Amino acid sequence: MRKNILVLLALALGFSFRASAQSFVEGGQVSGSFQTDAQYYMLDKGIGINDLNGKKLGLNGFGKVNYTNGDFSAGIRFEAFMPELNGFRSELNGVGLANFFATYDNGFIGMTVGDIYDQFGSGLVFRTYEEWSLGMDNALRGARVVLRPTQGVTLKGVYGRQRFFWAPYLERDMGSDDYRGIVRGVDAEWDLNQSISSLNDSEFKMSLGGSFVSKKQADQSSFYNIPENVGAAAARINLGYGNFAFSTEYAYKINDPSAINNFIYKEGRALMSSLSYSQQGFGAVLQVKRTDNMSFKSMYTGKQNDLDINFIPPINYTHTHSLPSMYTYSTQPNGEMAAQLQVNYTIPKGTALGGKYGTKLAFNMSQVNDIVRDSVRFGNEMGLNQAGTLGYTSKFFAVSDHRFFRDINFEVDKKISKDWHITAQYINLYYDIETIEGHAGAPVVKANIGFMDVTYKINKRQSLRLELQGLWENEVHKGYEYEESEKKDYQKRGDWAAALVEYSVNPHWSFSIADKWNYGNPVEEYRDHYFTGTVTYIHDATRVMLSAGRQSEGVVCVGGVCRTVPASSGVSLTVSTSF
Amino acid sequence: MKKVMTLLLMALMVTGLHAQTKSDLPSITLKNLKGKDVNIAKLNNGGKPIVITFWATWCGPCIKEHNALNDVYEDWKAETGVKIYSVSIDDSRSTAKVKPVVDGKGWGFEVLLDPNGDLKRAMNVSNPPHTFLIDGNGKIVYQHTGYFEGAEDDLYEEILKLAKKKK
Repeated sequence: MRKNILVLLALALGFSFRASAQSFVEGGQVSGSFQTDAQYYMLDKGIGINDLNGKKLGLNGFGKVNYTNGDFSAGIRFEAFMPELNGFRSELNGVGLANFFATYDNGFIGMTVGDIYDQFGSGLVFRTYEEWSLGMDNALRGARVVLRPTQGVTLKGVYGRQRFFWAPYLERDMGSDDYRGIVRGVDAEWDLNQSISSLNDSEFKMSLGGSFVSKKQADQSSFYNIPENVGAAAARINLGYGNFAFSTEYAYKINDPSAINNFIYKEGRALMSSLSYSQQGFGAVLQVKRTDNMSFKSMYTGKQNDLDINFIPPINYTHTHSLPSMYTYSTQPNGEMAAQLQVNYTIPKGTALGGKYGTKLAFNMSQVNDIVRDSVRFGNEMGLNQAGTLGYTSKFFAVSDHRFFRDINFEVDKKISKDWHITAQYINLYYDIETIEGHAGAPVVKANIGFMDVTYKINKRQSLRLELQGLWENEVHKGYEYEESEKKDYQKRGDWAAALVEYSVNPHWSFSIADKWNYGNPVEEYRDHYFTGTVTYIHDATRVMLSAGRQSEGVVCVGGVCRTVPASSGVSLTVSTSF
Repeated sequence: MKKVMTLLLMALMVTGLHAQTKSDLPSITLKNLKGKDVNIAKLNNGGKPIVITFWATWCGPCIKEHNALNDVYEDWKAETGVKIYSVSIDDSRSTAKVKPVVDGKGWGFEVLLDPNGDLKRAMNVSNPPHTFLIDGNGKIVYQHTGYFEGAEDDLYEEILKLAKKKK
């Protein structure tokens, strides 16, 4: 009897093993996506493209496949830059398997090996992510463990080396003198409302978190004494009560001399807080941020966005229309004092101003200034930001008079009738182009910008959209004789007008023509038109977009999708699909 | 003996069933605007259709799509019982804005936060807006990228097909 049972059990186990092996194949899902962005470049003396530098064609493409089966998932991503599109980093040029991972996560424990994307808190000390339209990928190749020992508690640990274009994952890429360190990090988060049952449905919300990240990198400098272990820590708290929410995160990093901070031996600090109130029909949020020397890279010689371990979020409004997005603020890694206020309000339906559908209003104001830096003593001298010294001291709450950026904008979004919809926005912009884009001596951009976006629904299938934009710059030297060498700093400056007409036939087709005209450029030869024509075909999750003409730098939204494009002239094709 | 056999058979059947009812949705946990964890693989609307739509506060076409969906959502719910989950892919530069924007615009969807794009990557979303329709068994039956005026009508036709099949 017993023997029989054992045999049966063995058989059953065998069966269920077969069953599970089978279900591993049968029950699994394969999904993925492909995208190709290609551009054929043409000479265009009109906008100063006199030489293609031997590059007639650029192509960025990727294909990724994910496999998921219950608690298990795995994926690969293949990338090709043959060669990269203009505006992308030349180090991307190449073809290969860029990314792979395998994860097992049963809710209690999660393990990932391969390329890891993750973020601790708001990312002030650790964030790895990938942004295709920017050619940005700082994935951590290594391992991650996530533990959720009880409800509401999450513990994470990561270990690995970050992606640097196509460089091999070694400490030293034999092709250069750059050394890449190892990144290690731990994070803990405790959500009191989920772990304490009496707080489950409380109006009062609270969660706490803390992280520690360190990079280990060999000191290869013959001149400086570079710390081989650099640690950074952060603590955060999120509170909520009723319609109010408050969150704050503070981060600290020990001295970390690098090419970005001019090899000073100063510690780094960052504080980011937000307070919001919202109820149905009304929402307001105030954010403040202070960062000081918080660039954190796993390669101390890194420039630009190379091998960033952390992410310092810019807190300002993200514009997507072509004129306002020409002057997009980017984070200044060495220090910023920033604040932002945003208010959204919907005038209710059925009131005099709300009309039949309600009227949506939005106000946003953001400003970024420099921090205040005071000289420090080294030896018998005083100096400010001198390499090899402590750099400077900085009072935490002091705001410098040096303003980098300010944006005040107001938007009205109104559905007028069943067929008509209008959105209008006014923007007042202050943009320190010298600091943000490095045009030495170029005057600050002070501009008023307006746009109007009108949609008319012709019938159930067809619609027409008209977009009108204007940018008026107050103080550029008009009529001034520029030296040849100065001229390039005045590209895109002065007044602009732009118009776009889009005709779309739901659900597949969209046709649009657009022009941007820099009619008020202080340099006469830059008063150019940027004409483009675009055809988009969408079928379910497949999109094909063909466009021809001139593109100036910025974010373009056509065919219902937004992405950033660099300046060029020619024909471009985008094909993307997912399954 | 019989009992053991029955039990084993049942175990086998359960394994088999388990394989069949597996959802297309990845097991990724996101937070909703109340701070509660929501596991995407376990989304359940009592067998009725679910719409998952990806957006961001900085994405113009997404805002248009959301406004349009919001205008018809009450009717859709009453007619088909559909539930819309709106996944914000705003990163930490704008996560704090999501709730005030959603409330300020008066949207009635359940909004989930995907600040580092975990769900976006797992569901192969390249550019928002990207909308998925999921049937009562967790299978993706329709997806669409981009937004044109009136695209919500096509989505609704697909939802109606599902709702009819159910009956």
